[in-house]
Amino acid sequence: MKQERPKKFGMVIDLDKCTGCGACLVACMSENNVPFKPDESDKLTSITWMRVYQLNNGKPYPETDICYLPRPCQHCEGDHGHSPCVSVCPATATDYGMETGIVSQIYTRCFGCRYCMAACPYHARYFNWWDPVWPDGMEKYLNPSVSVRMRGVVEKCSFCYHRYQTAKDKAIYQFAEGERDSTDLEEDEYQTACTQACPAGAIIFGDLNNPSHRVHQIAQPDEKHAGRPKNPKAFRLLERLGTNPKVYYLSSRDWVRRAGDNYLEGEGKLKRH
Amino acid sequence: MSTVDEHEKDMPSEDSGGKGPPPPDPEQKNKATAYVIFFFFVGLIASLIVGWIIFPQLLYSQKEQPIDFNHALHNELVGDCASCHYFREDGTFSGVPDLWSCIDCHMDVQGEDPEEEKFVTEYVWEDREVPWLIYSKQPDCVFFSHAAHVLSGGMDCVTCHGHIGESEHSKVYQENRITGYSRDIWGRNISGFKRNSWDRMKMDDCADCHEEARDSATKDEPRAPVGRVIDNIIRVAFPGTYADNRGGSVQTQRGACFKCHK
Repeated sequence: MKQERPKKFGMVIDLDKCTGCGACLVACMSENNVPFKPDESDKLTSITWMRVYQLNNGKPYPETDICYLPRPCQHCEGDHGHSPCVSVCPATATDYGMETGIVSQIYTRCFGCRYCMAACPYHARYFNWWDPVWPDGMEKYLNPSVSVRMRGVVEKCSFCYHRYQTAKDKAIYQFAEGERDSTDLEEDEYQTACTQACPAGAIIFGDLNNPSHRVHQIAQPDEKHAGRPKNPKAFRLLERLGTNPKVYYLSSRDWVRRAGDNYLEGEGKLKRH
Repeated sequence: MSTVDEHEKDMPSEDSGGKGPPPPDPEQKNKATAYVIFFFFVGLIASLIVGWIIFPQLLYSQKEQPIDFNHALHNELVGDCASCHYFREDGTFSGVPDLWSCIDCHMDVQGEDPEEEKFVTEYVWEDREVPWLIYSKQPDCVFFSHAAHVLSGGMDCVTCHGHIGESEHSKVYQENRITGYSRDIWGRNISGFKRNSWDRMKMDDCADCHEEARDSATKDEPRAPVGRVIDNIIRVAFPGTYADNRGGSVQTQRGACFKCHK
Protein backbone atom coordinates (compact mmCIF):
# COMPACT_ATOMS: atom_id res chain seq x y z
CA MET A 1 0.00 0.00 0.00
CA LYS A 2 1.40 3.37 -0.92
CA GLN A 3 2.08 6.02 1.65
CA GLU A 4 -0.88 8.34 1.90
CA ARG A 5 -0.56 12.07 1.55
CA PRO A 6 -0.98 13.95 4.84
CA LYS A 7 -4.50 15.24 5.31
CA LYS A 8 -5.60 18.52 6.74
CA PHE A 9 -9.22 18.23 7.73
CA GLY A 10 -10.99 21.52 8.02
CA MET A 11 -14.35 23.17 7.93
CA VAL A 12 -16.05 25.98 6.07
CA ILE A 13 -19.08 27.52 7.79
CA ASP A 14 -21.28 29.81 5.70
CA LEU A 15 -22.62 32.40 8.12
CA ASP A 16 -25.04 33.73 5.52
CA LYS A 17 -26.80 30.36 5.58
CA CYS A 18 -26.71 29.74 9.33
CA THR A 19 -30.05 30.39 10.96
CA GLY A 20 -28.84 29.73 14.50
CA CYS A 21 -31.20 26.78 14.92
CA GLY A 22 -28.74 24.85 17.08
CA ALA A 23 -29.12 21.49 15.30
CA CYS A 24 -25.33 21.24 15.18
CA LEU A 25 -25.12 21.58 18.97
CA VAL A 26 -27.64 18.82 19.53
CA ALA A 27 -26.05 16.52 16.98
CA CYS A 28 -22.63 17.12 18.48
CA MET A 29 -23.74 16.47 22.03
CA SER A 30 -25.46 13.22 21.23
CA GLU A 31 -22.70 12.02 18.91
CA ASN A 32 -19.90 12.71 21.36
CA ASN A 33 -21.59 11.79 24.66
CA VAL A 34 -21.25 15.34 25.91
CA PRO A 35 -22.71 15.48 29.42
CA PHE A 36 -25.39 18.02 30.23
CA LYS A 37 -26.36 19.68 33.48
CA PRO A 38 -29.73 20.49 35.04
CA ASP A 39 -28.98 24.14 34.32
CA GLU A 40 -27.28 24.41 30.96
CA SER A 41 -27.36 28.20 31.13
CA ASP A 42 -24.69 28.07 33.82
CA LYS A 43 -21.71 28.59 31.56
CA LEU A 44 -19.24 27.82 34.32
CA THR A 45 -20.14 24.15 34.19
CA SER A 46 -21.94 23.56 30.90
CA ILE A 47 -20.02 21.87 28.10
CA THR A 48 -20.64 22.67 24.44
CA TRP A 49 -18.08 21.36 21.98
CA MET A 50 -19.97 23.21 19.30
CA ARG A 51 -21.44 26.49 20.38
CA VAL A 52 -23.45 29.10 18.47
CA TYR A 53 -22.69 32.71 19.25
CA GLN A 54 -24.94 35.59 18.31
CA LEU A 55 -23.27 38.62 16.78
CA ASN A 56 -24.91 41.94 16.01
CA ASN A 57 -23.70 45.03 14.25
CA GLY A 58 -24.56 47.26 17.21
CA LYS A 59 -26.70 49.59 15.14
CA PRO A 60 -30.22 50.72 16.04
CA TYR A 61 -33.28 49.75 14.03
CA PRO A 62 -33.68 49.72 11.04
CA GLU A 63 -29.97 49.07 10.32
CA THR A 64 -29.70 46.38 12.97
CA ASP A 65 -28.36 43.05 11.73
CA ILE A 66 -27.77 39.72 13.44
CA CYS A 67 -25.44 36.89 12.58
CA TYR A 68 -25.10 33.46 14.20
CA LEU A 69 -21.65 32.00 14.44
CA PRO A 70 -21.17 28.30 15.23
CA ARG A 71 -17.82 27.67 16.90
CA PRO A 72 -16.29 24.19 17.02
CA CYS A 73 -12.66 23.64 18.01
CA GLN A 74 -10.65 25.52 15.37
CA HIS A 75 -7.97 22.80 15.22
CA CYS A 76 -5.25 25.42 14.93
CA GLU A 77 -2.15 24.39 13.08
CA GLY A 78 -0.19 27.31 14.47
CA ASP A 79 3.36 27.21 13.22
CA HIS A 80 3.97 23.67 11.97
CA GLY A 81 1.52 22.15 14.40
CA HIS A 82 2.43 24.19 17.45
CA SER A 83 -1.09 25.24 18.24
CA PRO A 84 -1.63 27.26 21.42
CA CYS A 85 -3.08 24.41 23.49
CA VAL A 86 -0.61 21.76 22.30
CA SER A 87 2.38 23.92 23.14
CA VAL A 88 1.37 24.42 26.75
CA CYS A 89 0.17 20.92 27.66
CA PRO A 90 2.55 19.52 30.28
CA ALA A 91 1.13 16.00 30.05
CA THR A 92 1.20 15.32 26.29
CA ALA A 93 -2.55 14.92 26.61
CA THR A 94 -3.26 17.01 23.56
CA ASP A 95 -1.36 16.67 20.36
CA TYR A 96 -1.37 17.91 16.79
CA GLY A 97 -1.51 15.02 14.36
CA MET A 98 0.43 15.81 11.19
CA GLU A 99 -1.34 13.06 9.27
CA THR A 100 -4.84 14.44 9.80
CA GLY A 101 -4.31 17.95 11.10
CA ILE A 102 -6.60 17.17 14.01
CA VAL A 103 -5.81 18.36 17.53
CA SER A 104 -6.39 15.37 19.76
CA GLN A 105 -7.45 15.23 23.38
CA ILE A 106 -6.51 12.12 25.35
CA TYR A 107 -8.76 12.10 28.38
CA THR A 108 -6.84 9.39 30.19
CA ARG A 109 -3.64 11.41 30.00
CA CYS A 110 -5.16 14.74 30.96
CA PHE A 111 -4.81 15.63 34.63
CA GLY A 112 -6.87 18.77 34.50
CA CYS A 113 -4.38 21.59 34.91
CA ARG A 114 -6.38 23.63 32.36
CA TYR A 115 -3.38 25.40 30.83
CA CYS A 116 -4.84 24.57 27.44
CA MET A 117 -8.08 26.31 28.34
CA ALA A 118 -6.15 29.41 29.27
CA ALA A 119 -4.14 29.19 26.06
CA CYS A 120 -7.10 28.65 23.73
CA PRO A 121 -8.23 32.00 22.34
CA TYR A 122 -11.52 30.50 21.13
CA HIS A 123 -12.87 29.12 24.44
CA ALA A 124 -13.25 25.83 22.65
CA ARG A 125 -12.04 23.75 25.59
CA TYR A 126 -14.18 22.75 28.53
CA PHE A 127 -13.44 21.36 31.93
CA ASN A 128 -15.42 18.60 33.58
CA TRP A 129 -16.16 19.94 37.02
CA TRP A 130 -18.36 16.95 37.75
CA ASP A 131 -18.66 13.35 36.69
CA PRO A 132 -21.31 13.03 34.00
CA VAL A 133 -24.74 11.99 35.23
CA TRP A 134 -27.16 10.58 32.70
CA PRO A 135 -30.88 10.32 33.27
CA ASP A 136 -31.97 6.74 34.02
CA GLY A 137 -31.71 4.55 30.94
CA MET A 138 -29.98 7.17 28.85
CA GLU A 139 -26.58 5.57 29.30
CA LYS A 140 -27.86 2.93 26.88
CA TYR A 141 -28.04 5.59 24.17
CA LEU A 142 -24.41 6.63 24.51
CA ASN A 143 -22.19 6.35 21.48
CA PRO A 144 -19.86 3.36 22.01
CA SER A 145 -17.23 4.86 19.71
CA VAL A 146 -16.60 7.79 22.03
CA SER A 147 -15.42 7.32 25.59
CA VAL A 148 -17.22 9.15 28.35
CA ARG A 149 -15.10 11.68 30.20
CA MET A 150 -14.67 11.75 33.94
CA ARG A 151 -14.50 14.59 36.41
CA GLY A 152 -11.25 16.53 36.29
CA VAL A 153 -10.34 16.37 32.61
CA VAL A 154 -10.58 18.81 29.72
CA GLU A 155 -12.52 17.98 26.60
CA LYS A 156 -13.19 19.56 23.24
CA CYS A 157 -14.37 18.98 19.68
CA SER A 158 -12.43 16.26 17.88
CA PHE A 159 -13.91 16.74 14.40
CA CYS A 160 -15.66 13.43 15.16
CA TYR A 161 -12.35 11.61 14.86
CA HIS A 162 -14.00 8.29 15.67
CA ARG A 163 -15.90 8.62 12.40
CA TYR A 164 -12.58 8.90 10.61
CA GLN A 165 -11.39 5.73 12.30
CA THR A 166 -14.50 3.73 11.53
CA ALA A 167 -14.50 4.99 7.94
CA LYS A 168 -10.86 3.97 7.70
CA ASP A 169 -11.70 0.49 9.00
CA LYS A 170 -14.36 0.13 6.35
CA ALA A 171 -11.95 1.29 3.66
CA ILE A 172 -9.34 -1.22 4.82
CA TYR A 173 -11.94 -4.00 4.69
CA GLN A 174 -13.12 -3.02 1.22
CA PHE A 175 -9.53 -2.73 0.01
CA ALA A 176 -8.77 -6.20 1.33
CA GLU A 177 -11.88 -7.53 -0.42
CA GLY A 178 -10.76 -5.87 -3.66
CA GLU A 179 -13.74 -3.54 -3.75
CA ARG A 180 -11.64 -0.39 -3.95
CA ASP A 181 -8.21 0.68 -5.20
CA SER A 182 -6.86 2.31 -2.07
CA THR A 183 -7.73 2.95 1.54
CA ASP A 184 -7.89 6.69 0.88
CA LEU A 185 -11.24 8.08 1.99
CA GLU A 186 -13.65 9.85 -0.30
CA GLU A 187 -15.01 13.22 0.79
CA ASP A 188 -18.41 11.89 1.83
CA GLU A 189 -17.03 8.93 3.76
CA TYR A 190 -15.83 11.07 6.64
CA GLN A 191 -18.16 13.86 7.71
CA THR A 192 -18.72 15.31 11.15
CA ALA A 193 -22.05 15.05 12.96
CA CYS A 194 -22.65 18.80 12.88
CA THR A 195 -22.09 18.92 9.13
CA GLN A 196 -24.69 16.25 8.51
CA ALA A 197 -27.15 17.76 10.97
CA CYS A 198 -27.13 21.30 9.58
CA PRO A 199 -30.49 21.76 7.80
CA ALA A 200 -29.23 24.80 5.91
CA GLY A 201 -26.10 23.07 4.64
CA ALA A 202 -24.04 25.87 6.17
CA ILE A 203 -21.25 23.58 7.42
CA ILE A 204 -18.94 21.93 4.93
CA PHE A 205 -16.22 19.51 5.99
CA GLY A 206 -13.32 17.94 4.15
CA ASP A 207 -9.60 17.81 3.46
CA LEU A 208 -8.09 21.26 2.92
CA ASN A 209 -5.08 19.66 1.20
CA ASN A 210 -7.21 17.98 -1.43
CA PRO A 211 -8.12 20.28 -4.37
CA SER A 212 -11.13 18.12 -5.22
CA HIS A 213 -12.74 18.67 -1.83
CA ARG A 214 -15.28 21.44 -1.46
CA VAL A 215 -13.59 23.02 1.55
CA HIS A 216 -10.45 23.55 -0.49
CA GLN A 217 -12.36 24.98 -3.41
CA ILE A 218 -14.39 27.40 -1.30
CA ALA A 219 -11.80 28.59 1.20
CA GLN A 220 -8.87 28.43 -1.22
CA PRO A 221 -6.25 28.31 1.54
CA ASP A 222 -2.99 29.99 0.61
CA GLU A 223 -0.26 27.66 1.83
CA LYS A 224 2.41 30.31 1.39
CA HIS A 225 0.63 32.54 3.86
CA ALA A 226 -0.27 30.10 6.63
CA GLY A 227 -3.52 28.99 5.04
CA ARG A 228 -4.99 32.46 4.67
CA PRO A 229 -8.13 32.21 2.53
CA LYS A 230 -7.90 33.55 -1.00
CA ASN A 231 -11.67 33.76 -1.20
CA PRO A 232 -12.51 37.39 -0.35
CA LYS A 233 -15.70 36.29 1.43
CA ALA A 234 -13.82 33.95 3.73
CA PHE A 235 -12.15 34.73 7.02
CA ARG A 236 -10.92 32.95 10.13
CA LEU A 237 -11.47 33.85 13.76
CA LEU A 238 -8.71 35.93 15.38
CA GLU A 239 -6.53 35.25 12.38
CA ARG A 240 -4.00 37.89 13.38
CA LEU A 241 -2.99 35.88 16.44
CA GLY A 242 -1.23 33.50 14.08
CA THR A 243 -3.08 30.45 15.36
CA ASN A 244 -3.66 29.30 11.78
CA PRO A 245 -7.06 27.71 12.44
CA LYS A 246 -8.65 25.22 10.07
CA VAL A 247 -12.20 26.49 10.40
CA TYR A 248 -13.06 29.07 7.76
CA TYR A 249 -16.12 31.29 7.89
CA LEU A 250 -17.92 32.78 4.91
CA SER A 251 -19.92 35.95 4.93
CA SER A 252 -20.91 38.48 2.33
CA ARG A 253 -21.43 41.07 5.06
CA ASP A 254 -18.49 43.31 5.79
CA TRP A 255 -19.29 43.86 9.48
CA VAL A 256 -19.40 40.11 10.10
CA ARG A 257 -15.99 39.63 8.55
CA ARG A 258 -14.61 42.44 10.68
CA ALA A 259 -16.19 40.90 13.78
CA GLY A 260 -14.00 37.85 13.24
CA ASP A 261 -10.97 39.65 14.60
CA ASN A 262 -10.15 42.43 17.03
CA TYR A 263 -9.66 45.70 15.19
CA LEU A 264 -9.03 49.07 16.69
CA GLU A 265 -11.74 51.58 16.10
CA GLY A 266 -11.24 52.99 12.64
CA GLU A 267 -8.36 50.62 11.92
CA GLY A 268 -7.90 49.95 8.23
CA LYS A 269 -9.89 53.01 7.32
CA LEU A 270 -7.44 55.73 8.26
CA LYS A 271 -4.81 56.83 5.84
CA ARG A 272 -1.23 56.69 6.94
CA HIS A 273 0.43 60.01 7.57
CA MET B 1 30.81 6.47 89.03
CA SER B 2 27.50 4.90 88.39
CA THR B 3 27.53 6.25 84.87
CA VAL B 4 30.82 4.58 84.19
CA ASP B 5 29.46 1.35 85.61
CA GLU B 6 26.43 1.55 83.43
CA HIS B 7 28.61 2.28 80.49
CA GLU B 8 30.74 -0.70 81.30
CA LYS B 9 27.66 -2.87 81.36
CA ASP B 10 27.18 -2.17 77.68
CA MET B 11 30.77 -2.88 76.87
CA PRO B 12 31.31 -6.60 77.08
CA SER B 13 34.98 -7.14 77.54
CA GLU B 14 37.22 -9.78 79.06
CA ASP B 15 38.71 -7.57 81.79
CA SER B 16 35.54 -5.99 83.14
CA GLY B 17 36.27 -7.75 86.45
CA GLY B 18 33.97 -9.32 88.98
CA LYS B 19 31.96 -6.15 89.48
CA GLY B 20 30.25 -6.15 86.09
CA PRO B 21 27.81 -8.68 84.76
CA PRO B 22 29.18 -11.97 83.52
CA PRO B 23 30.36 -11.85 79.90
CA PRO B 24 27.65 -13.05 77.46
CA ASP B 25 28.01 -16.58 76.43
CA PRO B 26 29.28 -16.65 72.79
CA GLU B 27 26.99 -19.58 72.17
CA GLN B 28 23.99 -17.56 73.34
CA LYS B 29 25.01 -14.68 71.08
CA ASN B 30 25.16 -16.99 68.09
CA LYS B 31 21.74 -18.29 69.03
CA ALA B 32 20.32 -14.76 69.05
CA THR B 33 21.78 -14.06 65.61
CA ALA B 34 20.34 -17.29 64.35
CA TYR B 35 16.91 -16.27 65.64
CA VAL B 36 17.13 -12.92 63.89
CA ILE B 37 18.10 -14.52 60.62
CA PHE B 38 15.46 -17.20 61.02
CA PHE B 39 12.63 -14.75 61.66
CA PHE B 40 13.85 -12.47 58.89
CA PHE B 41 13.53 -15.29 56.40
CA VAL B 42 10.22 -16.42 57.84
CA GLY B 43 8.94 -12.85 57.40
CA LEU B 44 10.40 -12.56 53.92
CA ILE B 45 8.90 -15.82 52.75
CA ALA B 46 5.56 -14.93 54.33
CA SER B 47 5.52 -11.56 52.54
CA LEU B 48 6.46 -13.19 49.28
CA ILE B 49 3.65 -15.70 49.65
CA VAL B 50 1.21 -12.90 50.46
CA GLY B 51 2.43 -10.73 47.60
CA TRP B 52 2.79 -13.36 44.90
CA ILE B 53 0.10 -15.88 45.70
CA ILE B 54 -2.51 -14.64 48.18
CA PHE B 55 -2.85 -11.06 46.93
CA PRO B 56 -3.34 -11.99 43.27
CA GLN B 57 -5.98 -14.51 44.33
CA LEU B 58 -7.76 -11.89 46.39
CA LEU B 59 -7.43 -9.32 43.62
CA TYR B 60 -9.04 -11.43 40.93
CA SER B 61 -12.45 -13.00 41.08
CA GLN B 62 -12.90 -16.31 39.28
CA LYS B 63 -15.79 -16.73 36.91
CA GLU B 64 -16.75 -19.65 34.72
CA GLN B 65 -17.96 -19.09 31.17
CA PRO B 66 -21.69 -19.83 30.78
CA ILE B 67 -20.80 -22.62 28.35
CA ASP B 68 -17.57 -24.60 28.36
CA PHE B 69 -16.54 -24.06 24.74
CA ASN B 70 -14.31 -26.46 22.86
CA HIS B 71 -12.24 -24.40 20.43
CA ALA B 72 -10.17 -27.32 19.18
CA LEU B 73 -13.24 -29.29 18.09
CA HIS B 74 -14.84 -26.35 16.30
CA ASN B 75 -11.58 -25.37 14.67
CA GLU B 76 -11.30 -28.87 13.20
CA LEU B 77 -14.80 -28.61 11.75
CA VAL B 78 -14.85 -25.07 10.36
CA GLY B 79 -11.17 -24.75 9.52
CA ASP B 80 -10.15 -21.27 10.57
CA CYS B 81 -10.80 -18.48 13.07
CA ALA B 82 -12.44 -16.18 10.52
CA SER B 83 -15.44 -18.48 10.02
CA CYS B 84 -16.82 -17.42 13.39
CA HIS B 85 -14.71 -14.37 14.25
CA TYR B 86 -15.27 -12.48 11.02
CA PHE B 87 -15.17 -8.92 9.78
CA ARG B 88 -18.48 -7.21 9.20
CA GLU B 89 -19.04 -5.36 5.95
CA ASP B 90 -18.47 -2.00 7.62
CA GLY B 91 -14.95 -3.10 8.57
CA THR B 92 -15.68 -3.67 12.24
CA PHE B 93 -14.69 -6.93 13.85
CA SER B 94 -17.45 -9.19 15.12
CA GLY B 95 -15.46 -10.50 18.08
CA VAL B 96 -17.32 -13.17 20.00
CA PRO B 97 -19.95 -14.64 17.67
CA ASP B 98 -23.60 -14.08 18.43
CA LEU B 99 -26.27 -16.75 18.56
CA TRP B 100 -27.11 -16.23 14.93
CA SER B 101 -23.71 -17.56 13.84
CA CYS B 102 -24.12 -20.72 15.90
CA ILE B 103 -27.71 -21.49 14.90
CA ASP B 104 -26.73 -22.82 11.48
CA CYS B 105 -25.33 -25.98 13.07
CA HIS B 106 -26.84 -25.96 16.53
CA MET B 107 -30.55 -25.73 15.84
CA ASP B 108 -30.83 -29.08 17.59
CA VAL B 109 -28.61 -31.05 19.90
CA GLN B 110 -26.12 -32.94 17.74
CA GLY B 111 -23.74 -34.70 20.08
CA GLU B 112 -23.77 -36.06 23.56
CA ASP B 113 -21.89 -33.28 25.22
CA PRO B 114 -23.93 -31.91 28.14
CA GLU B 115 -22.48 -28.44 27.45
CA GLU B 116 -23.91 -28.48 23.95
CA GLU B 117 -27.27 -29.62 25.25
CA LYS B 118 -27.20 -26.81 27.75
CA PHE B 119 -26.37 -24.34 24.97
CA VAL B 120 -29.17 -25.52 22.69
CA THR B 121 -31.89 -25.83 25.31
CA GLU B 122 -31.07 -22.77 27.40
CA TYR B 123 -29.97 -20.35 24.72
CA VAL B 124 -30.89 -21.41 21.17
CA TRP B 125 -34.42 -22.57 21.92
CA GLU B 126 -34.97 -19.67 24.30
CA ASP B 127 -33.57 -17.28 21.68
CA ARG B 128 -31.23 -15.79 24.25
CA GLU B 129 -27.70 -14.52 23.60
CA VAL B 130 -24.97 -16.24 25.58
CA PRO B 131 -23.45 -13.77 28.06
CA TRP B 132 -19.86 -14.70 27.17
CA LEU B 133 -17.15 -13.21 29.32
CA ILE B 134 -14.62 -11.51 27.06
CA TYR B 135 -11.03 -12.15 28.07
CA SER B 136 -9.49 -9.43 25.94
CA LYS B 137 -11.98 -6.63 26.50
CA GLN B 138 -10.10 -3.34 26.50
CA PRO B 139 -10.97 -0.26 28.55
CA ASP B 140 -13.41 2.31 27.12
CA CYS B 141 -10.68 4.72 26.12
CA VAL B 142 -9.10 2.29 23.66
CA PHE B 143 -9.80 2.17 19.96
CA PHE B 144 -8.38 -1.02 18.51
CA SER B 145 -8.70 -1.67 14.81
CA HIS B 146 -8.69 -5.35 13.94
CA ALA B 147 -8.88 -4.38 10.27
CA ALA B 148 -5.64 -2.40 10.41
CA HIS B 149 -3.77 -5.18 12.17
CA VAL B 150 -5.17 -8.26 10.46
CA LEU B 151 -6.16 -7.06 6.98
CA SER B 152 -3.50 -4.39 6.42
CA GLY B 153 -0.78 -5.64 8.72
CA GLY B 154 -1.33 -9.32 7.97
CA MET B 155 -0.94 -10.34 11.60
CA ASP B 156 -1.90 -13.73 12.99
CA CYS B 157 -4.59 -14.09 15.64
CA VAL B 158 -2.05 -16.04 17.70
CA THR B 159 0.31 -13.07 18.07
CA CYS B 160 -2.07 -11.34 20.46
CA HIS B 161 -4.57 -14.00 21.49
CA GLY B 162 -2.26 -16.99 21.89
CA HIS B 163 -3.15 -20.57 21.03
CA ILE B 164 -6.73 -20.24 22.21
CA GLY B 165 -7.89 -22.01 19.05
CA GLU B 166 -6.34 -25.24 20.32
CA SER B 167 -7.98 -25.17 23.74
CA GLU B 168 -10.52 -27.84 24.61
CA HIS B 169 -12.06 -26.07 27.56
CA SER B 170 -12.81 -22.44 28.31
CA LYS B 171 -10.37 -21.14 30.82
CA VAL B 172 -11.55 -19.43 33.97
CA TYR B 173 -12.29 -15.76 33.48
CA GLN B 174 -10.53 -13.70 36.13
CA GLU B 175 -11.77 -10.20 36.75
CA ASN B 176 -9.82 -7.59 38.64
CA ARG B 177 -12.01 -6.65 41.59
CA ILE B 178 -10.74 -3.07 41.62
CA THR B 179 -10.65 -2.14 37.94
CA GLY B 180 -13.14 -4.64 36.56
CA TYR B 181 -10.80 -5.62 33.72
CA SER B 182 -9.94 -9.13 32.70
CA ARG B 183 -6.70 -10.60 33.96
CA ASP B 184 -5.59 -11.22 30.40
CA ILE B 185 -4.99 -7.48 30.07
CA TRP B 186 -2.47 -7.38 32.91
CA GLY B 187 -1.23 -10.89 32.26
CA ARG B 188 -1.06 -14.04 34.36
CA ASN B 189 2.28 -13.05 35.82
CA ILE B 190 1.58 -10.56 38.56
CA SER B 191 5.01 -8.95 38.29
CA GLY B 192 4.41 -8.19 34.64
CA PHE B 193 7.06 -10.43 33.08
CA LYS B 194 6.06 -11.96 29.81
CA ARG B 195 7.55 -14.64 27.66
CA ASN B 196 5.19 -14.63 24.72
CA SER B 197 3.67 -11.80 22.74
CA TRP B 198 0.19 -12.92 23.82
CA ASP B 199 0.86 -12.94 27.56
CA ARG B 200 -0.39 -9.40 28.15
CA MET B 201 -2.53 -6.77 26.41
CA LYS B 202 -1.45 -3.53 28.00
CA MET B 203 -0.49 -0.37 26.16
CA ASP B 204 3.19 -1.23 26.68
CA ASP B 205 2.63 -4.42 24.74
CA CYS B 206 1.19 -2.50 21.80
CA ALA B 207 4.17 -0.17 22.03
CA ASP B 208 6.69 -3.03 22.13
CA CYS B 209 5.56 -4.30 18.77
CA HIS B 210 5.05 -0.88 17.19
CA GLU B 211 8.45 0.40 18.27
CA GLU B 212 10.14 -2.72 17.00
CA ALA B 213 8.44 -2.22 13.66
CA ARG B 214 9.44 1.42 13.59
CA ASP B 215 13.02 0.67 14.52
CA SER B 216 13.37 -2.07 11.97
CA ALA B 217 12.06 0.32 9.33
CA THR B 218 14.50 3.11 10.16
CA LYS B 219 17.53 1.45 11.71
CA ASP B 220 19.62 -1.59 11.00
CA GLU B 221 19.62 -2.96 14.52
CA PRO B 222 16.55 -2.94 16.74
CA ARG B 223 17.13 -1.09 19.99
CA ALA B 224 17.16 -2.89 23.32
CA PRO B 225 14.06 -2.21 25.47
CA VAL B 226 16.06 -0.05 27.91
CA GLY B 227 17.46 1.97 25.04
CA ARG B 228 13.95 2.51 23.73
CA VAL B 229 12.75 3.79 27.10
CA ILE B 230 15.60 6.30 27.23
CA ASP B 231 14.87 7.28 23.63
CA ASN B 232 11.22 7.83 24.53
CA ILE B 233 12.06 10.07 27.46
CA ILE B 234 14.36 12.18 25.31
CA ARG B 235 11.80 12.36 22.53
CA VAL B 236 9.00 13.53 24.79
CA ALA B 237 11.06 15.80 27.02
CA PHE B 238 13.08 17.42 24.24
CA PRO B 239 10.97 17.33 21.09
CA GLY B 240 12.94 17.78 17.93
CA THR B 241 16.14 16.17 19.25
CA TYR B 242 15.80 13.34 16.77
CA ALA B 243 15.21 14.47 13.25
CA ASP B 244 14.30 11.00 12.01
CA ASN B 245 10.75 9.77 11.52
CA ARG B 246 9.33 13.13 12.34
CA GLY B 247 5.89 14.06 11.25
CA GLY B 248 3.49 11.79 13.09
CA SER B 249 2.64 14.39 15.68
CA VAL B 250 4.02 17.50 17.27
CA GLN B 251 4.43 16.61 20.92
CA THR B 252 5.61 13.04 20.62
CA GLN B 253 7.23 13.33 17.19
CA ARG B 254 5.71 10.05 16.08
CA GLY B 255 2.38 8.24 15.78
CA ALA B 256 -0.23 10.39 17.47
CA CYS B 257 -1.97 9.16 20.63
CA PHE B 258 -5.32 9.67 18.93
CA LYS B 259 -4.76 6.62 16.75
CA CYS B 260 -5.58 4.21 19.55
CA HIS B 261 -7.24 6.38 22.17
CA LYS B 262 -10.74 7.65 21.92
